[in-house]
Amino acid sequence: MSHETAVEGTNYLNNGYSLRSWFLTTDHKRIAILYLFTIVLFFFVGGSFAVLMRLELMSPQGTLVQAETYNKLFTMHGIVMIFFFLIPSIPAVLGNFLIPMMVGARDLAFPRLNLLSWYVFVAGASVTLFALVTGGLDTGWTFYTPFSTSYSNTRVVPAMVGIFITGFSSILTGLNFIVTVHKMRAPGLTWFRLPLFVWSLYATSLVMVLATPVLAITVAMVAFERATGIGIFNPAIGGDPLLFQHLFWFYSHPAVYIMILPAMGVVSEVIATFSRKEVFGYRFVAAASLAIAVYGFLVWGHHMFVSGQSVYAGLVFSILSYLVAIPSAVKVFNWTATLYKGQIWFQTPLLYAFGFIGLFTIGGLTGLFLAAMAVDVHLTDTYFIVAHFHYIMVGGAVMGFMAGIHYWWPKITGRLYPEGWAKFSALVLFVGFNLTFFPQFLLGYLGMPRRYYHYPPEFQVLNVLSTAGASILGVGYLIPLIYLLWSLKRGKVAGANPWGATTLEWQTASPPITQNFPTTPVVTSGSYEFPALEEVHSE
Amino acid sequence: MSDHAHPTPVAHQFDDREQQTEVGRLGMWLFLATEILFFGGLFTAYLVMRWKWPEAFAVANSKMDVTLGAINTAVLLTSSLTMALGVRAAQLGRGKGSFALIIATMVFGLAFLGIKAVEYARKFQEGLFPGPGFVFEGATGRQVETFFSLYFMMTGLHALHMVVGIGILTVIAAMIRRGRFSPDYYAPVEISGLYWHFVDIIWIFLFPLLYLIHPHL
Ligand SMILES: [Cu+2]
Repeated sequence: MSHETAVEGTNYLNNGYSLRSWFLTTDHKRIAILYLFTIVLFFFVGGSFAVLMRLELMSPQGTLVQAETYNKLFTMHGIVMIFFFLIPSIPAVLGNFLIPMMVGARDLAFPRLNLLSWYVFVAGASVTLFALVTGGLDTGWTFYTPFSTSYSNTRVVPAMVGIFITGFSSILTGLNFIVTVHKMRAPGLTWFRLPLFVWSLYATSLVMVLATPVLAITVAMVAFERATGIGIFNPAIGGDPLLFQHLFWFYSHPAVYIMILPAMGVVSEVIATFSRKEVFGYRFVAAASLAIAVYGFLVWGHHMFVSGQSVYAGLVFSILSYLVAIPSAVKVFNWTATLYKGQIWFQTPLLYAFGFIGLFTIGGLTGLFLAAMAVDVHLTDTYFIVAHFHYIMVGGAVMGFMAGIHYWWPKITGRLYPEGWAKFSALVLFVGFNLTFFPQFLLGYLGMPRRYYHYPPEFQVLNVLSTAGASILGVGYLIPLIYLLWSLKRGKVAGANPWGATTLEWQTASPPITQNFPTTPVVTSGSYEFPALEEVHSE
Repeated sequence: MSDHAHPTPVAHQFDDREQQTEVGRLGMWLFLATEILFFGGLFTAYLVMRWKWPEAFAVANSKMDVTLGAINTAVLLTSSLTMALGVRAAQLGRGKGSFALIIATMVFGLAFLGIKAVEYARKFQEGLFPGPGFVFEGATGRQVETFFSLYFMMTGLHALHMVVGIGILTVIAAMIRRGRFSPDYYAPVEISGLYWHFVDIIWIFLFPLLYLIHPHL
């Protein structure tokens, strides 16, 4: 009986079992599941490259792999993790699943484009994987010219083609979300009643739609120049390699916000639900998402302080980079204020959200070091940079993804994950993460450059610490993989709203029916109006 | 099949036809925003290179066939006119008129591509296609080659968009033929028109940037 209750009646999961019903589905929830499988696969592929690198760096001389292999490892780690895990992670999985439900719609505005985006993603990923297995790539994930166009002897052209294709899946997803939020909201759901997750995905989508095409045309130009020997990046024929960096970072700095804004959205939801309070300064948190998206387009030059860009341009980029800290800090302070005097319920998603706030703050503050030109000259291309962006991307984005997966797991599958194991692995992840990456701040400050397969012996202790942390981190990622799969059959039946959350997706069955809601919901209040808070407190 | 009040049913995710139309229109505008940034990378590259090598760009420009470029500009502007009139005819429920105008738009589009092909062929013959076969006498040869690689990338990408546009209009023409549109429902014609005008506007920028440098230096 207990196993059967979750799947009683039809829902989106038992509504057809054939391969066709999955691979030709236009249901946003099923497409989210397709994306989930794909990106988890890539997460472990990208992670395995990291394992090899950390093993190599256990000893100063470089014993495990050759220099060339090491160059390929960090390149492929970056490409896979950024383009095939982080960028699609929260938007394409949780955003796809949740945005239509959060706005009270039956589906996204363009269901078939949504399916197409997954196929485009798989096609782009296949071409890139082809490049990786038939020789790999050693340019770094940044593909700097003229190395990538003229000197590298690796598989630049197929990798560029793969990334070009993948970009369009990102554009299609962003376009779909923007139109859905504008035009598909349920009656009564005004802009300032939207959940903050929707606000941050909306801001993310703007970045996806406006930044990704620039990356696409840039990698296309690199591939073209590489294949034909003619183009605009090679200084030997009057081209300008700095132009590549401008174009690349015009996408790739905003891409950081494609990774972090959705995680911020998750954290807002989790903190509201598990402190039983409306998010403090809701409108400011919503506006901060848009502000981050807009500022994000104006700071790319902070990646080029030592590239020979004009000092005056550097100054402007430095000041603008500092300004991004304001909306980011608005969010952190408002989350903290939400927790204050809240009725805190320590469930796993909240632990991950706490992890996010702490690690993101460290990542953000070290970002300010790097935005200062003089300090940046000292720290550029050292492990300090590596530690900084891993605090943002792993400590921030991946923690946010883990928070979201746990928070919405009961909604997606109809089952609860095992709370004890989940809390334990959240702790393991937090410890493993800090042990891996904090020593890298020190290494970088002491002058160890990134992207080398060997190093002076005095750096060994910190490197061994980092590798030890990485193995703990790896365990922290494997445990959830196991218990989440286990919970699909064995987990407790969740019920519609196990957390007592207030947003619309929790007001329908778990797992939801294919149409999401039996009838279109009518919204009469904001997203976070928790009942009877005073009564609970006065007891 | 050709019930004129509701030629095609509203898709399941929408409440009514109006919502569906608005969604399609906004989707296309966003797509065009993406396209602007897509071309924007090339325009930026062009500006940087022209800033860097003004003399070479002026010299290279003298090799451009302004007459053919101007004719093509006129052809494309006319196609935008027939497109706009075609949308208007669809809005008024004049199936035959809109069919003829869409076909005319496609014919102008094909004429543009034909003239472009002639230009390309001549550039090949004159050895102005970048790469091993490129020949240009003078000190600025390599930078002239840069101009021509930008020329081929920008006009090539534009031509690709024209080909896609003609493909879209083929579908639209077939739908008009089957009586799928009415004054209540002609959104696909309108949205395709937006795309066509966009491709036209890109050319309006390409023409002066690529053909008309020399007279102004
Ligand atoms: Cu940046």
